[in-house]
Order: sequence, then C-alpha cells, then structure tokens
Amino acid sequence: MDDKQVDPPADPFTGLPGASARTIGGAWQPPGSFGSAGRGPRLFGGGGRRATAISTASTLVVLAALAAAFLLAPGSAVVRHTFFDPRDMWQSFIGNPKKGYYSVGEALWLNIRMFLTAEVLILAFALLIALIRQSVSPVLFPFRVLALIYVDFFRGVPLLLVILAIGFGIPALRLPFVSVQSAAIYGVAALVLSYSAYVSEVYRAGLNSVHQSQVAAARSLGLSQSTALRYVILPQAVRNIIPPLLNDFISLQKDTALVSVLGAIEANEAAQIYSSTVFNYSSYAVAAVLFLILTIPLARFTDHLIDRDRRRRLAGATA
Amino acid sequence: MTPDAGTPDPGIPDAAALPGTAIKVEGLHKAFGTNQVLQGIDLTVSTHEVICLIGASGSGKSTLLRCLNLLEPINAGRISLWGQEITAAGIDQNLVRRSIGIVFQSYNLFPHMNVLQNVTLAPRKALGTPRPQAEEEARTLLSRFGLLDKESEFPDRLSGGQQQRVAIVRALAMRPQIMLLDEVTSALDPELVAEVLDVIRELAASGMTMLIATHEMGFARDIARRVCFLEEGRIIEDAPPAELFTAPKDERTQRFLRRIIAAGRL
Repeated sequence: MDDKQVDPPADPFTGLPGASARTIGGAWQPPGSFGSAGRGPRLFGGGGRRATAISTASTLVVLAALAAAFLLAPGSAVVRHTFFDPRDMWQSFIGNPKKGYYSVGEALWLNIRMFLTAEVLILAFALLIALIRQSVSPVLFPFRVLALIYVDFFRGVPLLLVILAIGFGIPALRLPFVSVQSAAIYGVAALVLSYSAYVSEVYRAGLNSVHQSQVAAARSLGLSQSTALRYVILPQAVRNIIPPLLNDFISLQKDTALVSVLGAIEANEAAQIYSSTVFNYSSYAVAAVLFLILTIPLARFTDHLIDRDRRRRLAGATA
Repeated sequence: MTPDAGTPDPGIPDAAALPGTAIKVEGLHKAFGTNQVLQGIDLTVSTHEVICLIGASGSGKSTLLRCLNLLEPINAGRISLWGQEITAAGIDQNLVRRSIGIVFQSYNLFPHMNVLQNVTLAPRKALGTPRPQAEEEARTLLSRFGLLDKESEFPDRLSGGQQQRVAIVRALAMRPQIMLLDEVTSALDPELVAEVLDVIRELAASGMTMLIATHEMGFARDIARRVCFLEEGRIIEDAPPAELFTAPKDERTQRFLRRIIAAGRL
C-alpha cells in the first residue's frame, strides 16, 4: 500500500516534488510567459516584461547602495585619489620609460603570451599524465607511480613556491642553455608544472565520465585501443569537461601575474614599478581592469561553447 | 553484402568460400571473480545458421556473446571461427572483431556523432576505407533499413528502435560474416520491437550467420534453426525450436518455459 502513496507525482503527504508543486526559483509566472525567449532553461527568475522591470530596478538599487557606501565612507576621498586617480591610471597605462616606469598595457602582452604558451603545453602535458594514470598495462606501472607522485606533489605545493624554485633554482644550476632563459620562460614552466597536475585530474574525471559500454562498442567494431580513445572516448570526455577546463584557464590567466616575483615585466610588475616610482596605486586598478578584460571574454566563450554543444545536439541537424 | 576484392583480408576465411562450421566453442569457462558465469559451453554453429540463446537473466547468454567477440577474456576452453582458433595467443583481436559484429541491448551509439559518422567511423579508421566510399556504402545500408533520412541526426534525436537499427547498420558496415545480437529488443518500447525484428529477419534471409540472445520466444521460434537453453552457464538443451518449445526434454527447460508461458511471453 505504501507504493500507492509514492506513485502520484505530487503527493501532498510524501512531499515529493511534483511538476507543478515546486519549481526552482519559485517565481510565479503569468500565463503565456513560460520561459524567456533566451537560450536554455532559466533556473532563476522568470521571463516577461514585468520580471525585466523588477530585475532592472533591483540592480539599480543595489548598485546605488554600493556606490553610496563607497563615496560616503570617511576615507573615500583618499582612496579615490590613491587607487582610482584618472590621471595616474592613464599615465601607468601608457607608461613613461624616461620617468622610470613601464606601460601596464604593454606589459599585459607578456601575460597574454605566457598564458597562451602555458595553456597549449598544459593541455598536452596534462592529457599525457591523465592517460598514464588511467592506463592498466603492467608495463606502465612505474610511470603510473611517477604520475601519481607528480600530481600529488604539484597540487600540494603553492604555485608561488614552484615559480620561485624554478625561477631561481634552475639558473643557479648554471647548466648550458636551460639555466640562461628569461624569467618569463621559467614562469611558464612553473605554471605548466603546477596547472598540469590539476588539469590532468580534470581530464581523468572526463575520461571516467564516458561509459564503459562506449569502449566496448568501439572495440567490438575492430577499432584499436588508441583509435577508440581518439575518436570515441576523448571527444566525449573533453565535451564533458569544457566548463571546468576553461575555469582552470581563467584562473591561469590571472596567475601569470605571479611570475612578477621573478622580475618579469608583466602587467602586475609594471603596476608595482609605477606605484613605487610615483607613490600612487592607481596602476594596480589598471592592471585589475586589464585582467578583467582578458578573463571575462573567456568566461563568456565558455558559456557559448556549452550552449552551442547543447543546441547542436538538441537540434540534431548539420552533417 | 558480398565481400568485395577491395576489402583487406581480415584474416578470417570468407564465409561463402568456406561453408561448414562457422563457430566452434569448446569447453568455454568464464568467471568474474568467484562468480562462475560460463561453466563449460560447447556449441557449434554452421555457416548461415541462425541460433537463438534463451534463458533467464544471468544464465550467461550475454557473456557468451561477449566472449565470442573477444570483449571478455576467457578462463578456459577455446573458440574457433572456420577452424581458426581466435582465443589462441598472438591473435590480433581487432582483426577478429572485424568479422564478428555485435549489437548490444543498450545500442551504445556514439552520442557525439551523427548517424552517418557512427556508421562510417569503423570502416574509415579500422579498414582505411576512403571517406566517400565509406559514406556511399553507409548510405546503401541505411536505405536498405529505411534510415536514409536519418543520416545527419544525432542518436538522442532517434527513437529506440531507430537507434537499434542504426547500431545494426553500424556493425554491418564492417562487412562481418557473423552477427551476435545481445537482447537487442529488450530495451525497446513494445511498439518498436517489430521494426528491429524485421531487420533481423532480413539479415537471416540474406544468409547471415547469427547468434541471438533473446527474450522474444515467438521470434526465436520463428527465425531460429536451433534454440539453445542456457542455465547457470551451461547449455542445457539444444534443439530445433519446434522440438524445444513443444516437447522440451530437460526438466529445467520445461520449468523455464512454464514460467515464460505463465508470464504470457510465449
């Protein structure tokens, strides 16, 4: 008899969520305005003109409150002058080598190059680590142990220490070639070592998310293990991990700033030089804005990829 | 479906050229840990023969098919195709699998590929068939099974019956000489079962050697030349359907069929 109570979709006694009993977000929606015309299901808030008006008003109120708190604070004038002085921001953005400081805008280019180089290397290296950790062959056992030690080590040691160790340690070895590289190169090496440990775990989660029956289906068709991996398993695995993967890369973009400890003139270092030359911190605000300009497009691009993939699979079109 | 001269030799003799015994299974044992799933299977399948495997869930039907496709390593015994042992050491499993197609209960289509890509992947990547030729052959097969208009659909846009027919086409695209069907209609809504069974009937009529694990007793009686009843990893009874379904000799077969009849499945 218990079964009979559970079966109906919205039983008031069992409290099971029914189709109409409980909706996420809980907003009442006027008839005829189900879902916004936008893409995908909206989890929070509903569509409709009324909802738009409410959300606009609410946003304005919150922003006004924050602005008032900032402007009315006792030290507001000092903070605005020290951190957000328009003239200083502009000066630090364009730079002036004659006065002893570099352009933060130009220095950002180094961050971008470090980021792009590191990203490509991380994608490849982390995949290799993940595949080694996922392997089953007894021959590869020592490599599996090494990969495990590597991942444990570099996930545990703070990135800053890795950068310092490589940036100062390798030149101290006075080896030919490897000891005479630029700070940016050592920085990239440290970023790759540290981030690959994380990203390899993301890959592994992706590989595990592909059902074993997909492997069986591919192998049963006579595809070799590597062909099955390349065309059947990896594409599905990567699709499943695009959000966490790009999330790691957004964080990598900012962490290129840590390479400043090696003296590489990237945006953060340039901002620091400006502040210690002119005694105004507005250069840091410039660096922050520039990093935001870098990371926000990547975040939106992530959303776009997820969305496109979902739509393509739902539409089921395109040859 | 006659293998043409352009197909690389898969290492297994052509069925048409070698009638007689297609599959020979001798003393096959398979265990998962301490769970003895197959406990001495002996089975001989002639070329062009259609054999149905029946038995309760867990009787070893699926495992037997997976062993034949070398998806499961076996613990003892041997399997031969046209006299060549495929469970011997040094056999290229990928070559063997090309000549034995297997279709699973849960379709297992590749969700990130459309129908045409699903069907052409293995011919292109395992046989090295150029893309235009692989696509042309795929379209021929798809139209034969009424799926041509679905070639650019992704699997999640297809009904279960359509997905299972695509899975069959995908296996056929490798031009196998043997097809193993593992309860291919068990996951389907009842109204979709017929379209898949029709495909299998057509395959049988074209002379495909098939081993079919099934719960569809009426279908088994219809299509099979022999029906094997499995219980606890052994073949208990192996007889033509007319004999097995009407006058089963073994008491265990009788008991199983009584249950099936009681469930209204026969």
